[in-house]
Amino acid sequence: MPAVEDYVARIEETCGEEKGAVVTFKYDRKEEAIAKIMKKAKLKNSLSGIIFDLTFQGVSFRMFSSGKAIFKGVKNKEAIHDLLAALLL
Amino acid sequence: MEATELHENARKTVAKFINAKDASEIVFVRGTTEAINLVAYAWGLRNLKKGDEVLVSLMEHHSNIVPWEIIAKINGFTLKYGKVNEDGTLDYEDFESKISSKTKLASLSHVSNVSGVINDVKRIAKVAHENGALMLVDGAQSVPHMPVDVRDLDADFLAFSGHKMLGPTGIGALYGKKHLLETMEPFQGGGEMIKDVIFNQKTGHCSIDWNEPPWKFEAGTPNICGGVALMEAIKYLENIGMPEVLAHEKMLTEYATKTMQNCCTKLVLYGTSDPALKCGIMPFGIAGLSSHDVALFLDNNGIMIRSGFHCAQPLHQVFKLQSSARASFYIYNTREEIDRFIEVLKEIEQF
Repeated sequence: MPAVEDYVARIEETCGEEKGAVVTFKYDRKEEAIAKIMKKAKLKNSLSGIIFDLTFQGVSFRMFSSGKAIFKGVKNKEAIHDLLAALLL
Repeated sequence: MEATELHENARKTVAKFINAKDASEIVFVRGTTEAINLVAYAWGLRNLKKGDEVLVSLMEHHSNIVPWEIIAKINGFTLKYGKVNEDGTLDYEDFESKISSKTKLASLSHVSNVSGVINDVKRIAKVAHENGALMLVDGAQSVPHMPVDVRDLDADFLAFSGHKMLGPTGIGALYGKKHLLETMEPFQGGGEMIKDVIFNQKTGHCSIDWNEPPWKFEAGTPNICGGVALMEAIKYLENIGMPEVLAHEKMLTEYATKTMQNCCTKLVLYGTSDPALKCGIMPFGIAGLSSHDVALFLDNNGIMIRSGFHCAQPLHQVFKLQSSARASFYIYNTREEIDRFIEVLKEIEQF
């Protein structure tokens, strides 16, 4: 049974900004995670194939080709986990 | 050579590096945070009382705020904050006006970890001493980047970390004037920091004699590897020359400031841009992007900066910012790397 943890190395809360979190995908699964997210989320803007401005279920987030994503305004880690489950699984 | 001899040689090397009078004035700690906590608990907890004052500034790293707030809650002394100007420089008039006979300690960063502003701690030490107060210098951002002479500054305490000066994590040093270390109580209890622990049959307790400083403050097995590695890092820096390290950083800062101001349209530099007033630390923002977006975009291009409030939230309140992106330079950075950094900044400005 696939799980979010198969793709995600860690979720860290950001400091200084409005409540947010940085998600780091596992190095060996990041290409797969990015491809899955790009399929499901709506692309608003992108730059040089490096940064992607996306929305999914009313939540805006930015994903980077290095395998990281920043979610802003999401209540807590559990909410981000749920969102990632919907995006990745 | 024996490990103990190497470790004590490391202590002598640190002492010489900051021009301490004697190696016994150097206490090995985990880093700047532990050094300041050591002073707060071993000196502050025993010597500060209701009616006393400790003065810090609003530009301090949390490690020079939180220990004092904790101890103030226990002892009931007053912690005062000196103001910072909008350009990130210290408001000397305000800071000095807050030093009085009630002040027992002024604790100030030598260089701000957010703005890179260099504080005239020698001037503050003089005013503190005239009022009978001690002076603690947070040297985390100065000792690695410029010549620091504790005797010239007349600092009573100075704290710094090894990992910011080519050494490993988990090692740092607290400098303390010998007579102060001698009169202070220990910070932690355990092996090495005692001379004798004798069990008394009659009282049912142990009578304990403390070891002499600096060992009195080094409970437990020391971080020998860390100390030796710090010594080698210092030798490497001394071989280059600390005036040369500072000059190189000043050159890079001046070059980066001019190029960023000329080439980037959405970029805002926070704090003073006058290279004469600062070290190689540059806080900035890009309109419409969070500091974390900027950091991750640069990371994608192999450039590492820091984003967030850099453990200095009060200074971000002064700057009216939620967070900032921070570029910093050291001896290994080049003008070519700054050119590349600015190319990437111009690219992200298009987003």
